[in-house]
Amino acid sequence: MHVISYFKGFTKKINGGINVPHRKNTQHVHSEKMPCPPYVVLPMQQHIGSECIPTVKLNDTVKIGQEIAKGSSDFSAPIHASISGKISKIDKILMPNGTYSKAVTIESDNKMELFESFKKHNVTTKKDLVLAAKDCGLVGLGGAGFPTHIKLNIPEAKHIDTLLINAAECEPYITSDNCTIIENTENIINGINLIQQTLNIKSAIISIEKNKPEAIKKLKSAISQSSSEINVMTLDTRYPQGAEKVLIKVSTKRVVPCGKLPADTGCLVMNVSSVCTLYNYITTGLPLVSRTVTVDGSAINSPKNVIVPIGTPINEVIKFCGGYKKPAKKILMGGPMMGIALTDDTMPILKQNNAILVLDEKDSKLPKETACIRCGKCVKSCPMNLMPLAFEQHVKKGAFENLIKLNINNCMECGSCAFSCPANRPLVQYIRTGKFLIKKNKIK
Amino acid sequence: MNTKMYVSSSPHIHDNNSTQRIMLDVIIALTPCIVASLVIFGFRAIFIIFICVLSCVVSEFLARKIMKRPNNIDDLSAVVTGILLAFNLPVNINPCIAAFGGIIAIVVVKQFFGGIGQNFVNPALCARIILMTSFPAQMSNFTVPFSYLNKSVDTLTTATPLSKLTTTLPSYIDMFIGNIPGCIGEVSSLCLIGGGIYLLIRKVISPVIPLCFIATVFILTYLLRADPLFHILSGGLLLGAIFMATDYVTSPITFKGRIIFGIGCGIITVLIRIFGSLPEGVSFAIILMNILVPHIENLTIPETFGKEKYLNEKV
Repeated sequence: MHVISYFKGFTKKINGGINVPHRKNTQHVHSEKMPCPPYVVLPMQQHIGSECIPTVKLNDTVKIGQEIAKGSSDFSAPIHASISGKISKIDKILMPNGTYSKAVTIESDNKMELFESFKKHNVTTKKDLVLAAKDCGLVGLGGAGFPTHIKLNIPEAKHIDTLLINAAECEPYITSDNCTIIENTENIINGINLIQQTLNIKSAIISIEKNKPEAIKKLKSAISQSSSEINVMTLDTRYPQGAEKVLIKVSTKRVVPCGKLPADTGCLVMNVSSVCTLYNYITTGLPLVSRTVTVDGSAINSPKNVIVPIGTPINEVIKFCGGYKKPAKKILMGGPMMGIALTDDTMPILKQNNAILVLDEKDSKLPKETACIRCGKCVKSCPMNLMPLAFEQHVKKGAFENLIKLNINNCMECGSCAFSCPANRPLVQYIRTGKFLIKKNKIK
Repeated sequence: MNTKMYVSSSPHIHDNNSTQRIMLDVIIALTPCIVASLVIFGFRAIFIIFICVLSCVVSEFLARKIMKRPNNIDDLSAVVTGILLAFNLPVNINPCIAAFGGIIAIVVVKQFFGGIGQNFVNPALCARIILMTSFPAQMSNFTVPFSYLNKSVDTLTTATPLSKLTTTLPSYIDMFIGNIPGCIGEVSSLCLIGGGIYLLIRKVISPVIPLCFIATVFILTYLLRADPLFHILSGGLLLGAIFMATDYVTSPITFKGRIIFGIGCGIITVLIRIFGSLPEGVSFAIILMNILVPHIENLTIPETFGKEKYLNEKV
């Protein structure tokens, strides 16, 4: 079977996958900094892990970068004020994913004052780096929102030999990572070097899809100037190449076994914007208070990349981008493949939120669902080698034992199956229902 | 903003593919064969194809209506079934028998099991087999090519090359372009292969089943000291391998399953052709393998990413 694995790795870099339209309309536009919004809403749950607890009281005045909430456990990331002003509300809000989270609202004083006690951090050891990541409030900025300090705190027993920087950005429309690379090339290279030194990682790879030529050129020239040995790996465009497990396989030919972490294969994967933010914090002391967000879609007047204070209501960001061109019918937080459709446009921008897409009537209507003709396109396109059409049948029957047998929990909901389905079956929805079914039956 | 938003599960964009588009591609791929049948067998070939398509579409429409289910004749699958059924009939068949075949294919084989996507055997092939066992004389009465041009004699009929293996055989060139007696759509290998290439380019079918099917027939007939090229070009083998065995609904969806399916079809075809008393075995081979599809699929479920044995050794 080694022959097959070699053959597979040689001919087609990723199992399955699909070719999505690029639609990177904002690729050549410089990012713009948003003016101070009238208020920001900072939910306590902007990461995977336990909810944060507010450390401020009503009517307290805060300044940019001041910590307003601390993690209730280590598996959490603190939250900082993204504008200066007064705490006007501490209540519960509806989050994009349908859950409720406590949130702190800051009313702006329009001064955008920085917190005084910023300082440069001296990072030389792993302990320093983990502490810096934690104090920065950093989470995976690519979309998952995994607390970075947990990821960096690698157990002694595990040996990491490769630092993989994820700059694939395989979703249509999104260009925020691309924008970050072009505008902060030096910071990223220095950040990678710093992480390599402190964690003692031999090699570093920046994996980037070839549809970002400007970013690739900038990275390559910055690396040659800094005399560091970072490998820029140009990948063919293919969705979902930016998914962690897929990226590890494409870049290093290693496979993360089911139920294990990337660290088990000797890899540490970080999003390129996360590296940039971490380095920025170490050199200036400014924690994660703003991020680059791609605002695009068929109903947006002027699509662009915007540097937004975290917690800014989405309608303020859209107003900054010229407002709606046509009546908006669907607002997505994230890309069109994995993004969440929002119920209203007053929800805040979150830490891990890389794009806001506003679609018009034509783009937001789903095509008509027809009967499955067993064409097998979903099986062929699945990067995890699963059988999405079988999931649908078993979910309808409620046969959760069969779902477990078919490894439904290995599905990362990338949407390749539903994208390629000629019958337009909502396969991802069935898979989510199936996962929920398993959870419910386990609790019983 | 007070307008209501659409909310749905991701993904929010789709491939522009649809069942209708796939079926249209199959019809486009079948067009060269329709033209070839017009040239070889005359206008009557088009008439039989029309009768079959009409009977399939009408029976699909009525069956859905009577069963009180949403109608979906616009997905064109009944048209494809009709054309494929006509391709499997001799040209001077009684039009009533052809229409009866269409009703069997759609009502009994397809709609009784739940309509598109639910039938467990290929409707056109199953109808052909029922017609063959019900009207054996009509179904094996083949017309000599271009006999419609010769007005002095009534239609010349003869046996298919497969059933007169001992007498003089047509040349490979005649078999390739279709100058042989046979069913409406199966004679011209050239047009069938052309249609198959179109389907491959459009990514409608995967090459696995046809290649495994044809390769198995080639190797087995070679080992059994028959003429491999003759067996591939004669009868309904290319029509079956390219258009019937690749039918989505009745073939496995897994890669390994498709290999097993193709090889199985090849083996049964050769066994029937060489050792059986019937001259043609493609339809029975495909139908028999259709029935095995659920088992083949269960045995060939792909191992999920990260659980493959050969990869775990490395880690």
